[in-house]
Amino acid sequence: MNSIVCIKQVPDTGARIEIEEGHVVEGKLQYVINPYDEYALEEALRWREKFGEGRVTVLTLGPERAREALLQALALGADEAIHLADEAFQGGDAYATARALAEAIVRLGLEYDIIFCGKQGVDHDNAQVGIALAEMLNLPHVSAVTRLEVAADKSKATAQREVEEGIEVIETSLPAVITAQKGLNEPRYPTFIGIRAARQKPIRKKTAAGLGIDPETIGAAGARLEMVSLSLPPERKAGRIIPGTPVEACRELVRLLREEAKVV
Amino acid sequence: MPGNVLVVAEHRDGDLKKVTLEMLGEGSRIAAELGGVVEAALLGAGVGALANPLAHYGAARVYLADDPALRKYSSEGYTTVLASLIQRTGPALVLLAATPQGQDLASRLAARLGLGLASDCTAFQVAADGRLLITRPVYGGRAIAAVREKTNPQMATVRPNVMTPLEPEPSRTAPVEKLVVGIGDIRARVVDLVQRPGRQQVGLTEAEIIVSGGRGLQGPENFRLLEELAEVLGAAVGASRAAVDAGWIDHSHQVGQTGKTVTPSLYIACGISGATQHLAGMKTARYIVAINKDPQAPIFRVADYGIVGDLFEVVPLLTEEFRKALGQK
Repeated sequence: MNSIVCIKQVPDTGARIEIEEGHVVEGKLQYVINPYDEYALEEALRWREKFGEGRVTVLTLGPERAREALLQALALGADEAIHLADEAFQGGDAYATARALAEAIVRLGLEYDIIFCGKQGVDHDNAQVGIALAEMLNLPHVSAVTRLEVAADKSKATAQREVEEGIEVIETSLPAVITAQKGLNEPRYPTFIGIRAARQKPIRKKTAAGLGIDPETIGAAGARLEMVSLSLPPERKAGRIIPGTPVEACRELVRLLREEAKVV
Repeated sequence: MPGNVLVVAEHRDGDLKKVTLEMLGEGSRIAAELGGVVEAALLGAGVGALANPLAHYGAARVYLADDPALRKYSSEGYTTVLASLIQRTGPALVLLAATPQGQDLASRLAARLGLGLASDCTAFQVAADGRLLITRPVYGGRAIAAVREKTNPQMATVRPNVMTPLEPEPSRTAPVEKLVVGIGDIRARVVDLVQRPGRQQVGLTEAEIIVSGGRGLQGPENFRLLEELAEVLGAAVGASRAAVDAGWIDHSHQVGQTGKTVTPSLYIACGISGATQHLAGMKTARYIVAINKDPQAPIFRVADYGIVGDLFEVVPLLTEEFRKALGQK
């Protein structure tokens, strides 16, 4: 089974975000593959292994440092990587990013049964790119998938997704875009052999001009959204520790929540 | 109308979701500033009766797409219906819920119409030029962005539990305009909805009260203590990533990054130390209570009320005290 996995390099989820002049201070941050994209990649690898044939191509749009994320993906088992690395791709919103990915997939003639994405990037938290990509490629999609079954003839797939009411079971024809939610699988760790093998695998670097993409449709120029400001959330003040024996403290807490906070 | 706000109603089991009422409230406020009205789009099968409550909560007009083909949600089908409605009516702003369904639909719809979309928004301000300045948390709540859209209509998904609904006025009515539904070929369709294992009834993102547990619970069986407290309070049960990754509880309960962001009135954290990822997901709760045996735990730095103690002793006592106070037996 052939898959494309769209990944993004993001700051580690535990990292403390600092902002200077409306931008995240990048210097001190540790960058990782977006956690949801790890589930996406793992699922693509598993289906390639199950079918015993096909290729997994990882695709990223990002600055020079994003190459590191591609290397990690190759170490985990992806067959090849494509890096959309060009100033023209930068500064886009979800729409412009999906547009660039769609254009690249078409212009490179990549073959796929499924395009896997994470359900959202844990940096900008848009939860849009994979779905917009499906629309732009005129493919069906299933978002936030926690379980996937691909039919033996690869003509369709059955996916489960969490909704508030329970778990939706969705049948889709293939090819399709699947966006991965936590719970889809347990991603593997890279092995020493995998890391060494990654160095021999191709990373193709592509510019907008090289792909023949109109720069006005991508990056900051193609964005539909502009960031006006970025700031830190207001700090919460620490409240009080309620003293006394456990019984006293509980009684007092119930009173405070009912009479002072009025939330119960 | 250029000053109108279109709210895409979300409903479940024949009732409007709370977030729909919240969007109508916020939509009315914005529309008033723009010199327009708030309108609602209602899609489904046999849902016509919901036009009345939509009017009670502020909708000046209801666009009704009532068709068996819309009984089950499909991204493609709902997108097609809404895309043609939006193109025809040209609102200033389209609001959908930042729920699994609303976000799925909004993302596809925005791409179809070539529009910008601000996801999971928590505040809207009409700027001097009549455009919206939209606030949305990013980096899992570790930063706050203000964004503007360059395209028309503007589009956003709205975080549940943040906006305030209008007081319902049962005398208010709204004209209902029926839409002709032609949804075409649906390639990805819902074939079944299965209940999640476990007893949870209240949805985490819409819950007023959340009782949440972490590593301090020491094992899956001890979530029972939280469930008992939650039952007394009519609350939802949440969990930290540590508890989810240990396999003690399903991921659908996870609060924080790679889980859900919640904004309840009251968040009771039991045996949760307060890692950055967790705090990011619940810091906007109106009140936070922390129960932890470690007085140095970071959770106490954001909690309004704290009890330093053993949760195995404190939580059952607290359940008992609430039961008494609320007159339950």
